[in-house]
Amino acid sequence: MKKFVPLALVVASLGLLMGCPSKPVEQPPPPPAQTTDTSAADSANASNDETATAGPSGELLSKRIVYFDFDSAEIRADSQTVVAGHARYLAGAPAQKVRLEGHADERGSREYNIGLGERRAQAVRRALMLQGVAEVQLSTVSYGEERPAVAGSDEQAYAANRRVEIVYLK
Amino acid sequence: MNHSMKKLATFLFVAALGLAAPAFAQLRLTITSGVTDPIPIAVVPFASVAPSSSSLDVAQVIEHDLQSSGRFKPMARTDMLSKPATAAEVDAATWKQMRNDYVVVGRVSMLPDGAARVEADLVNVLNGQRSSHNTTVPGGNLRKAAHRVADMLYEKIIGVKGAFDTRIAYVAVSGKAPTQRYELIVADSDNENRRKILVSTLPIMSPTWSPDGEWLSYVSFEKHVSMVFVQEIKTSKRVAVSRRAGINGAPSYSPDGKKLLLTLSGSNGNLDIYLLDLFTQQLTRLTDDQAIDTEAVFAPDGNSIYFTSDRSGNPQVYRLALGGTERPRRVTFQGAYNARPRVSPDGKQLALLTQVEGSYRIAVQDLASGTVQVLSKGRQEESPSFAPNGAMLIFAGRQNGQGMLQTVSVDGQIAARLDADAGEVREPVWGPFQP
Repeated sequence: MKKFVPLALVVASLGLLMGCPSKPVEQPPPPPAQTTDTSAADSANASNDETATAGPSGELLSKRIVYFDFDSAEIRADSQTVVAGHARYLAGAPAQKVRLEGHADERGSREYNIGLGERRAQAVRRALMLQGVAEVQLSTVSYGEERPAVAGSDEQAYAANRRVEIVYLK
Repeated sequence: MNHSMKKLATFLFVAALGLAAPAFAQLRLTITSGVTDPIPIAVVPFASVAPSSSSLDVAQVIEHDLQSSGRFKPMARTDMLSKPATAAEVDAATWKQMRNDYVVVGRVSMLPDGAARVEADLVNVLNGQRSSHNTTVPGGNLRKAAHRVADMLYEKIIGVKGAFDTRIAYVAVSGKAPTQRYELIVADSDNENRRKILVSTLPIMSPTWSPDGEWLSYVSFEKHVSMVFVQEIKTSKRVAVSRRAGINGAPSYSPDGKKLLLTLSGSNGNLDIYLLDLFTQQLTRLTDDQAIDTEAVFAPDGNSIYFTSDRSGNPQVYRLALGGTERPRRVTFQGAYNARPRVSPDGKQLALLTQVEGSYRIAVQDLASGTVQVLSKGRQEESPSFAPNGAMLIFAGRQNGQGMLQTVSVDGQIAARLDADAGEVREPVWGPFQP
């Protein structure tokens, strides 16, 4: 079974990003946490049944979040190098698969925001494929505004939440 | 009747805990806007005429229902000089002197077969008219019986069918981003009697009722992909009806309950509207456009659908007549953002999310004239849903980062807020009338 923890990766990246979401990360994130929060795993019929994997390391590859402007699915200039770094790595590791998780900020309608998150995930997918990554290595999911990286209703939180997370799958 | 809006003194009450584990410890209802001349009414504590295993205060449930409508001003119990249990015992002159227009008295009993029986008498103390409003509910469900009596009293006095004996569903979220916990909740219309239908560490969204009120459809990301489920509320039995590649979202039932409108994207990410036959699994594509097409709902007659599309450059609502060859027609023109349409039970109005002065608010558009009325005043509101009597809307508002349930009458006159002490509530949906 494929196992991994997206939350751990998100937490690891976010700790550094909070407060300056629009600036590049200056240092690699701490190693991913070992376990997910299992306090909510008592559901009878819903579960978070995957666990973590680290994925590649290195300064560029440790940055796994691609940012976008308001109402835009165009990869922001300061995130292009992040995408390019992952494209190089993935093109050289054809067995490695990643999931591209698209997100929107909290404004507006939830299902429409699912559409906006999907557009962003597709933009990263296309960019990776143009740079040599095979289609079979990539899957997408859009969480819309449902899984914010940062709580809050200000421009800083919105900017941190308009993103695509590149999640390495084991 | 004076229709100007006026702030009323707010009132609070603490909810008793439901039988199932409640989502929140406390909820407070606040009327934020009401009619200037709410009808004064005294709901006298009901007499218990047979041994009852329930300690439910039936009169209080009725009183809260009437008060929450914003149209009534109940008399404080401490001001009541007597506690009559039958219409014959009501001294109209005295109650009138205490500035009441109506008095409600009643009796509660448990029948030998376990059914709950509530008998209420309504006395109009201005003209002396009396009427009886009785109900029997199997299984001893006194709370349901109380809501039914409130419905009858509301209709007798206001002239509109009450919607207190109905249910709502919503998503409750707790914990801080990014590690949140999502719960799908079903509750009575007053948010009592709450039941968790589903719990997940990954998002649950877009709950919607089947027309018979027995099932909910919703989107769950529990496997890190979106899936649409239908779940029978009584048994919790559920089926994943769409787990296709890409987005599976925005479910909404056809009026006959046999089909489900869905938003699907496929692996290439182009969101369009589809119709899934729940019995044959046959899938029919209804829209085909590069834009985001989503949030489709049927008109009550089943002959057309309304949906959100950004084919014009920003989200607007479109109508598509089914069974023909006509292209979808745009129906919203006011403002740069109109989304998530819901059609009123009579098919004449559209509730939607609209952008006004940089804020997202709830509006109602008259379909014949195109007139739009913005009903709410917040900064970030969402998910309007009509009560089955068409008189009220429930929606989610946000304050200090917390989502909460709000209601507003379709004329914008009466507004109320339900504050939760913890957690956030989103996407409330009002269920149909119940048998």
